[in-house]
Amino acid sequence: MAALYASRSVKVAVVSKLYPTRSHTGAALGGIGAALGNEEEDRWEWHAFDTIKGGDYLVDQDAAEILAKEAIGAVIELEHMGLPFDRTKEGKISQRRFGGHTNNESGKPVRRACHAADRTGHMILQTLYQQCIKNNVAFFDEYHVIDAIMAGDRVAGVVAINIADGELHVFSAKAVVFASGGWGKCWETTSNAHSMTGDGASVLFRRGIPMEDMEFFQFHPTGLYPTGFLITEGVRGEGGVLLNGRGERFMEKYAPKIKDLASRDVISRAIAIELREGRGVKGKRYLHLDLRPDTINRYLAEAGETRRIDAHYIETKLAETCDQARTYAGVDPLSEPLPIQPTAHYAMGGIPTNVNAEVIANAAGKVVGGLYAAGECACVSVHGANRLGTNSLVDLIVFGRRAGLRAAEYAKGADFAPMPANPAREAEAELNRIRTANGKTKPQVLRKKMQSTMQDLVGVFRNGPDMEKALGIIRELRHTFKTDLSIDDRGHKFNTDLLEAWELGSLLDLAEVTTFSALNRTESRGGHAREDYEKRDDANWLKHTMVHRQADDSLSVEYKPVTITTYQPKERVY
Amino acid sequence: MDVTMRIRRYNPEKDKKPYWATYEIKDCEPTNRVLDMLHRIKWEQDGTLTLRRSCAQGICGSDAMRINGRNRLACKVLIEEFGERPKIQVEPILGLPVVKDLVVDMEPFFDHYRSVMPYMVNDTPAPVGADGQPRERLQTIADRERFDDTTKCILCAACTTSCPSFWANGQYIGPAAIVQAHRFIFDSRDQALEQRLELLSDENSVWRCRTIYNCTPACPRGIEVTRAIGEVKLAIQKGDR
Repeated sequence: MAALYASRSVKVAVVSKLYPTRSHTGAALGGIGAALGNEEEDRWEWHAFDTIKGGDYLVDQDAAEILAKEAIGAVIELEHMGLPFDRTKEGKISQRRFGGHTNNESGKPVRRACHAADRTGHMILQTLYQQCIKNNVAFFDEYHVIDAIMAGDRVAGVVAINIADGELHVFSAKAVVFASGGWGKCWETTSNAHSMTGDGASVLFRRGIPMEDMEFFQFHPTGLYPTGFLITEGVRGEGGVLLNGRGERFMEKYAPKIKDLASRDVISRAIAIELREGRGVKGKRYLHLDLRPDTINRYLAEAGETRRIDAHYIETKLAETCDQARTYAGVDPLSEPLPIQPTAHYAMGGIPTNVNAEVIANAAGKVVGGLYAAGECACVSVHGANRLGTNSLVDLIVFGRRAGLRAAEYAKGADFAPMPANPAREAEAELNRIRTANGKTKPQVLRKKMQSTMQDLVGVFRNGPDMEKALGIIRELRHTFKTDLSIDDRGHKFNTDLLEAWELGSLLDLAEVTTFSALNRTESRGGHAREDYEKRDDANWLKHTMVHRQADDSLSVEYKPVTITTYQPKERVY
Repeated sequence: MDVTMRIRRYNPEKDKKPYWATYEIKDCEPTNRVLDMLHRIKWEQDGTLTLRRSCAQGICGSDAMRINGRNRLACKVLIEEFGERPKIQVEPILGLPVVKDLVVDMEPFFDHYRSVMPYMVNDTPAPVGADGQPRERLQTIADRERFDDTTKCILCAACTTSCPSFWANGQYIGPAAIVQAHRFIFDSRDQALEQRLELLSDENSVWRCRTIYNCTPACPRGIEVTRAIGEVKLAIQKGDR
C-alpha cells in the first residue's frame, strides 16, 4: 500500500525476502473492518470505540479515530483497484460480523467486516501487487534486508542480500518504509508463516530504535489443532460456536452479551481456563468450533434471528476454512466440529510510530528523518493491548497509505543522506561469522528451545517466576547463538541455511524484548494476562512501554503516555 | 511411522549435474506433511537442502514441487496418503531452470504473468454517496460469481509447470497467466476487455493450449484451469465476455 501510494509521485523500490504475493497478509481470512453501513446502521465512531475498548484502553485514541474514519475511504479505494469483494443483493460490498465489533447503542454485534469469501487478505495482497505492476514499481524480489543505514538522525538506506547469488547490495534512499511483518515464530504453536521472523523490527532495534509494547502479543482463540493454523473469526461471525468437551457453549459464561464474538484475548483466556480445568475434548488440549449448519441454525433460532444458513453457504463463504479443515485436520466441517486451540498470532507492539507512520526514537516522540513503518511491524498504537479482528488489514491499508504519502512527501523535499564509508561492513561481518562459525550448536536446537520456552512460559497466562526463568533461557540462547553456532551450508548461492540462522538471531532478540517487557509490566491488560497481577492497573500502567537496547547489550525502559481524546478508561465487559 | 525420501539435489557451487539422494526419517506422524519431512532433513540431517516455503498452509504458493511425479504444494500433502511405509520422491517443478535443489528460477513465470495486464483498468469516475464521498462500484452477486474461481490463484506455478505445451515452448505464457487474465476478462467492472482479448490471442497465448488437462488436477486451489482457458478462447472468438 505504501509503495503504491508513494509510486504516484516518486521513484519506489520494494525490497522483499519473498516474492511479494508470498507475504503473510495473504493468510488473513475473514475481513477488513470499515463502517460502510451496507448491511445495517454503523458509524466510524463506533468502530473507533470498539478498537479502543478491544485494546483495553492502551490504544492511542487519536490513532484509533484515524483508523476507523479513514478505513471507509481506503476500503472503497481497494474496491476501485479491483478487489473482488463479496456483494450484497444491492451489489454493494458485503459485510459480516466479527469479534468485538458492535453497535455501540444496542451493544449487539454489527456487520462491519468487508470480505472476499474468507480470502480477504489474499485478495488485498494480490490487488495491491497488481496495482504496483500497473504503476511500474520496481521490485527486488528475494532480497533479504539485513541492516538499516543511519546517518545521524536520519535514515540513509538499507543493506540487503540477494538470496539467489548471496551478493550484498546497498540501497541508498531518501526515505525508507518498513512493512516487514511480525514475529510469531518466537512461539511453538502459531498461525504465522515460517518467514514471520521480525527481521525488520530487529534490524531497527539493533540500530537504536526502541520497541514499543512488546509484552502484548495476541493469541488467536481458534488455531486448528494440532498445527495452529488460523481458523478465521469469520466462522463465528457467520454463527459458528465454541463448545467444550461437555458440549457446553462456554462463552455464555465468560461474555454473556456477545458470547463467541467477544474480543480475542477474552476468548483465548476462556479456552485456556476450560482446558486447564479439564474440559477439553476427550481429555486432550483442544476444544470444538462447531460450524455445522444445524448447529448454527439452532443457535440463530435461539437468539430470535430469522436468518438460516445451509451447507452451500458455508462452503462458499468459508471456502478456505473448509479446505484447511479437510486437509490438515481430516475433518469435514459440514459434518463434524473442528478441533481448535489458541495460537500465537499477532504483534500489537513493535516499531514505534506516530499517526503519520513516522518512526520515533524515544518516548518524547522525536522523529527519525525519512524512516517510516506500517503494518504489523509497527506500533502506532491502534491495537493497544489487544487487536480486534479485521483491524490488522485496516491498519496496513490506512497507515500503509499514510506512510507512502508521507515518505514521498519527505523524499521530494530532501537530498540523499550522506552514506557512511562501507555501510555494509557490519552486516557483512555478522553474516560471514554465521556462515563460517565452527561451534557445536545447530540453529534448529536453539530455535526449538526458544519456541518451547516462549510457549510454556510467556503464553496466554504469565507470571513473574516463569518469565524470570524464560528471560534467563532466552539470554543463554542468545549467548550460544553468538559463541557456539554452526551451520551446514557455507556456500553463497540461495543459502537458506544461513538466512534461517540470521532469522533466528532476529527472533531471539525479539523474544528477549517481549519477555523483558512482559516481566516489567506488573498488571493484566488485554493480551497480557498475569496470574500474579490479575487486575488492570490504570493508576500505574496506563502507559506504553518503550524498550531500548543499550551499548552494553542490556535493555532499558522508558514510558510514553497513552493519548486519550474522548473515551475515559472503564472496565471491559462483553 | 518411518519415511524414505528420495530428493533431486543440485548445488551449483559444487555439483556438475543433479543427482538423487535418499534420506530415512524416523517417528513421523501420518498427519505430517511432505514439507515437514523436508524440514526434518534440513534441520536434523543436512542443512544444505534448499527449498522455498513460507506460510506452510497452502496460501502463499512458495513450495510447489513434483511429489511422486505430480505437481503439489509440499505443505498440502500429508504423508499418510503414501501408505504405512511411505516412500516419497521429490524434485523441482519442470520447465523452469533449477537454481539449487528444489528451487527454480521463477522469473520466466512472473514475466508471463506480468505480460497479461494483471490489473484492473477502469478510469471512469467512481460513484459518489449521499455524503459526497466516493462509494464502491456496484456489482451483482452473479457478476461477482462469474470470475470467483480464478481469484483463488496463488501464482505457485503448479499448473504452468505441469503443462507439456509449456515444457515444449517456454514462450507460451502458460495456464497460470491465462487464469490471471481470465480473472479480469470476466470482471464486469473492468474496461480493458478489447485490449486483453487482443493480448490473449497472441501466438504464444491461449492457442498454444492443446487441452491436455494436466493443469486442472495440478492446481492446489482446485481452480478449473482448463475450463478457464476454454472460456478465454471462447471470449476471443465472440469478441466479448
